[in-house]
Amino acid sequence: MKKTYKIEVDCANCANKMEEAANATIGVKQAVVNFMTLKMIVEFDEEAQPKEVMKEVLKNCKKIEDDCEIYF
Amino acid sequence: MNKKQKKMLLRILISAVLFFTLKIVVLDDLYETVLFLIAYIVIGYDILIKAVKGILNRQVFDENFLMAVATAGAIALGDYGEGTAVMLFYQIGEWFQSYAVGKSRRNISELMDIRPDYANIEDENGALKKVDPDDIAVGTLIVVKPGEKVPIDGIVIEGNSTLNTSALTGESLPRTAAVGDEIISGCINMTGLLKIKTTKEFGESTVSKILDMVENASSKKSKSENFISRFARYYTPAVCYSALALALIPPLLASLTGNDPMWSDWLYRALSFLVISCPCALVISIPLSFFAGIGGASKAGVLVKGSNYLEALASAKYVVFDKTGTMTEGVFEVSGVHHASIAEEKLLEYAALAESYSTHPISKSIRRAYGKEVDTDRVQNVEEISGHGITANVDGVPVAAGNGKLMEKFHIAYQECSKAGTVVHIAVNGVYAGHILISDKIKPHAEQAIRALKDIGIKKTVMLTGDRRRVGEQVAADLAIDQVYSELLPGDKVTKVEEILTWKQGKENVVFVGDGINDAPVLSRADIGIAMGALGSDAAIEAADIVLMDDDPLKIAKAIRIAKKCIRIVYENIYFAIGVKLLCLMLAAVGIVNMWIAIFADVGVMILAVLNAIRTLRIRKL
Repeated sequence: MKKTYKIEVDCANCANKMEEAANATIGVKQAVVNFMTLKMIVEFDEEAQPKEVMKEVLKNCKKIEDDCEIYF
Repeated sequence: MNKKQKKMLLRILISAVLFFTLKIVVLDDLYETVLFLIAYIVIGYDILIKAVKGILNRQVFDENFLMAVATAGAIALGDYGEGTAVMLFYQIGEWFQSYAVGKSRRNISELMDIRPDYANIEDENGALKKVDPDDIAVGTLIVVKPGEKVPIDGIVIEGNSTLNTSALTGESLPRTAAVGDEIISGCINMTGLLKIKTTKEFGESTVSKILDMVENASSKKSKSENFISRFARYYTPAVCYSALALALIPPLLASLTGNDPMWSDWLYRALSFLVISCPCALVISIPLSFFAGIGGASKAGVLVKGSNYLEALASAKYVVFDKTGTMTEGVFEVSGVHHASIAEEKLLEYAALAESYSTHPISKSIRRAYGKEVDTDRVQNVEEISGHGITANVDGVPVAAGNGKLMEKFHIAYQECSKAGTVVHIAVNGVYAGHILISDKIKPHAEQAIRALKDIGIKKTVMLTGDRRRVGEQVAADLAIDQVYSELLPGDKVTKVEEILTWKQGKENVVFVGDGINDAPVLSRADIGIAMGALGSDAAIEAADIVLMDDDPLKIAKAIRIAKKCIRIVYENIYFAIGVKLLCLMLAAVGIVNMWIAIFADVGVMILAVLNAIRTLRIRKL
């Protein structure tokens, strides 16, 4: 399952780090962050619950860049 | 400017005014220190907070940390002015970056300003009502007034108008629309009121598909982008450890050997190191270049489905074309009647009548050339012999129309045609009556397009066709195409492309250009598949990597030039940014660079790289 989320982040390097953090989250098969369009495209593992996984993704992203937001 | 940017600008102004006043006015040391610190806090408090949070989250090597350490370090060394200045310029750079990125985001979305906001439907009283296009079901009657965008694909039920398709195709010549015509969303209705019966939902309409594609294109990252992310991942920690080494090792060595350790000098150099190190310039400018390149290309009617394809297109060296529909119009026309033993008009009449039930393009072209209404009552006993042709009784006379094999079947001697094209032999009453030559028209820009490809360094152009050898060779010769393979079955085309793929050396790519109708497997087999004339053809949009919205072959060269410009700018930025940084890092290590040059290496390089990246948007002259 693939979903697209709107994100808020100020710098391109932080966007890269968010991508890394999202990819390291359990339940995420692959995540791509597009800084130019401010979107995060997440492919979830088969049995994952997107809502729950995204909470974790946001938590992990906040850890590396406090000033970011994901809307889900 | 958004709220965040406005607030930041205010902070920059306050701090800058305070900073420059302090530089000019001479004050008591204590006052000066306090005021500098105030300026520093005003401009840098958020960075300091973020740095502390970063440390708590074990993210020590981010740029906030670098800036906090560098500026706080300078202040600790008693350089209040410099610490404040570094923070000030860093923030100016960040502000500029955010402004420039925001602006190019807006520019590009304006380029793609084809999203319709509403659709008009008539209510019971005949008054028009604006509704969200998303709420419109297939088969609804919508009204498009002059000056409005067509919101959903559909068929014209009432009205006449001309449509401006330039937002979709980059082509300024308007198209006409009349009752029964299919029209696609995203066009602007220019002259008359149109009533349209929708054939698709909004989400499935051309305009939604195109927007979706362009918006998601930059998510497919190019190799250069991946390289930069990997580079940044190692680079920042590497510089931090080097800075630490620079601050500790030389002074320790010096004190061990009994020399003056010069702790503060080395610390200062290490701090400059940290300031230079920020990878922003690279990390922002590369995706920005691709984003702008894709946006600019879409303005020209070239839709690129991913940054990776744009990058691959820049190193295209072999271009393979399909013939029909790509280099030729795909519309057949009678170009001559030869060896006629009866009047040419009579021959055409027999042929047109015999073929009157067929919907094959060849039959249609014969009927078009005949030009008169076909009276099907005059035709009986029509029999189609697959792969051969047609036999029928016309006005009671047996007529056979078809290829050489049909003539052989009935043991009728026939004349081969010496010209290139499809030949229809006609026999009347068992006697050969002559043949009709039908050929496809070469597109007006085809020859120019091949020349343009040669000019931009394409090594070889190849044409694939299912048509007869003579036709293929004739077209190739007319257009100066290097190589042609004819009489190919659809499956053979894939094999040929695979063969061409083996010609590649190093970083060369093979492009296949087709009309997307029955060459989807070939499109996906080539390094880059380009579908042309794809406006309104979903299959082509799905199968190709790059979609040319109209069917002008000149756009192929244009697309390659856009890709080359984009990649050139990407490389300029990579070399420039890494080069300047490495140079400054070396100079800083030996103590030649002060904090001011360090700030240039960070913020200045970033601003220049961003400005350079924005150049990719300008593609008009390409």
